Amino acid sequence: MPKPVPTQQLIDNLLRGDRLALSRAISRVEDDAGEAARIVQAVFAHTGKAHLIGITGAPGTGKSTLVSALVASYRARGETVGVLAVDPTSPFSGGALLGDRVRMTSHSGDAGVFIRSMATRRGTGGLAKASADALLLLDAAGFDRILVETVGAGQAEIEIASVADSVVVVEAPGLGDEVQAIKAGLLEIADIFAVNKADRKGAARTVAALEMMLETGGAAAQTIFHHGQRMEAGAAASEIDGRDGWPIPVLETVAVSGGGVAQLRDALERHRTWLDESGARVARESRRLDHMLQTLVQAEMLARMERTLSPGLRSDLVDRMQRRKTDPYSAAADMVKKLST
Amino acid sequence: MKQSQIRVLIAKPGLDGHDRGAKVIARALRDAGFEVIYTGIRQTPQMIAEAALQEDVDVVGLSILSGAHMTLCPKVVELLHAQGQEDVLVLLGGIIPDEDAAQLKAAGVHAVFGPGTTSAEIIAFIRTAMAGG
Ligand code: B12
Ligand SMILES: Nc1nc2c(ncn2[C@@H]2O[C@H](COP(=O)(O)OP(=O)(O)OP(=O)(O)O)[C@@H](O)[C@H]2O)c(=O)[nH]1
Ligand SMILES: [Mg+2]
Repeated sequence: MPKPVPTQQLIDNLLRGDRLALSRAISRVEDDAGEAARIVQAVFAHTGKAHLIGITGAPGTGKSTLVSALVASYRARGETVGVLAVDPTSPFSGGALLGDRVRMTSHSGDAGVFIRSMATRRGTGGLAKASADALLLLDAAGFDRILVETVGAGQAEIEIASVADSVVVVEAPGLGDEVQAIKAGLLEIADIFAVNKADRKGAARTVAALEMMLETGGAAAQTIFHHGQRMEAGAAASEIDGRDGWPIPVLETVAVSGGGVAQLRDALERHRTWLDESGARVARESRRLDHMLQTLVQAEMLARMERTLSPGLRSDLVDRMQRRKTDPYSAAADMVKKLST
Repeated sequence: MKQSQIRVLIAKPGLDGHDRGAKVIARALRDAGFEVIYTGIRQTPQMIAEAALQEDVDVVGLSILSGAHMTLCPKVVELLHAQGQEDVLVLLGGIIPDEDAAQLKAAGVHAVFGPGTTSAEIIAFIRTAMAGG
């Protein structure tokens, strides 16, 4: 086996735009917490420039196809795009089948596009633990837009909201009578709704259902219904005042043909402008960094606990809890006290 | 010795639609604990090499039943080497006559697996190779 490339060399090459270095650096932050620290420390000053766009929604709604269509749309304007596509790790085998790439093959050979698949491993919330770090690396590598596709999201997969600047929730008609977002809790995190597969029957109904939910869930505003085809560029099916005063658009898209994708791109552009002008971008980044800080400190405290406390202490406490000699809260307080002395 | 998660690209180059073998292998490797990136059918050698680079895989697995292996495989190996991925393990499966298999191995394909190969054999081969064997 050849010797691995030194980390410092990887970092230098990554910042110079070397794609293999970027790719290998992502593997290292995934595989090794120590390497992750070293690499992120070195690149962090070069981050904060890209527009981070989250694409989430129920399984099979067309997220990957839509990502691919958005990439094409950005490329047509000469912007470079990084993609991070997350799929679930099997809890049984620890393996994963990462299939999002299948829908993105049309960008092959384009040096302005970089697509990376990532398994969730031990991550929860629809992303991997290493997702945030990988996004920093793509950002440092200089991509203008970075698209993150989450795993097919259910109720709790809302981690994307603490990672992205703009969140697109993808819906599709015919997923059942109820719009999936109702139970999914994705409603609260959407900046834009894309009702994909609008070529299929029922799209108008899905749009209407979403609009109704936005109206009842947030500030009421005038609802404009448009049925059938998109009207002109930038025309949302409806716009209702949503999170922090941003009017959440509900757009119809046909990812397979590119229909409505220019409008989605325009809506994302408006959202980005709104983020800047309203100060929400700063607020979101601050929340994001605080979240990262908290996650890292938690991980470090746990690691320190494993390192420094005698292995018997933990099992002793568990044993005493089991015999009702102590309770979970007191046991935890005991351990924390031992850690800080 | 590779400690970290093993990543495998499964690709089906060529214009035919024989993707059953590729899918069977992709699932078997997933169930064995590998991270498998499946790229779908109709991949050119350029597309495969590019995906291997972006995904930083340890293994590239090609499935070819169409008879086009003598042109497709050496091209993939050549591209991987040219982009600095000389260390990637290249495996081939499908309908490959023995004499072709020997030539392909000389051209940098590490192993060839024909019809009837069990997934256990393939998994064992990858594990041994990754352990530095
Ligand atoms: C099923 C089949 C089809 C199906 C394919 C369905 C599908 N989605 O895959 C259909 C009916 C569509 C089909 C069509 C054709 N087929 Co056909 N087909 C077969 C058949 C009978 C079985 C293939 C199969 O699925 N086997 C089951 C899988 C699990 O086995 P496998 O792929 O061999 O995989 C195993 C190993 O090879 C290995 N392996 C495979 N891939 C990989 C990858 C890696 C990384 C590793 C480690 C291992 C590995 O592990 C697997 C498990 O043991 C074969 C004959 C045969 N006995 O192989 C002919 C065969 C492949 N077909 C053949 C032909 C000619 C055709 C057609 C051109 C026929 C025609 N004239 O229309 C068309 C092509 C259409 C097109 N454009 O694609 C020929 C190819 C001849 C050649 N190589 O020169 C064969 C060999 C039949 C023959 N003897 O003539 N076919
Ligand atoms: N009719 C129609 N089909 C579409 C559209 N967009 C995607 N599809 C199809 O829907 C299926 C799923 O698409 P994907 O892009 O893989 O969906 P996904 O949400 O990424 O799926 P997961 O990642 O598995 O959750 C594929 O067969 C697509 O071709 C569309 O606009 N119209
Ligand atoms: Mg997908």
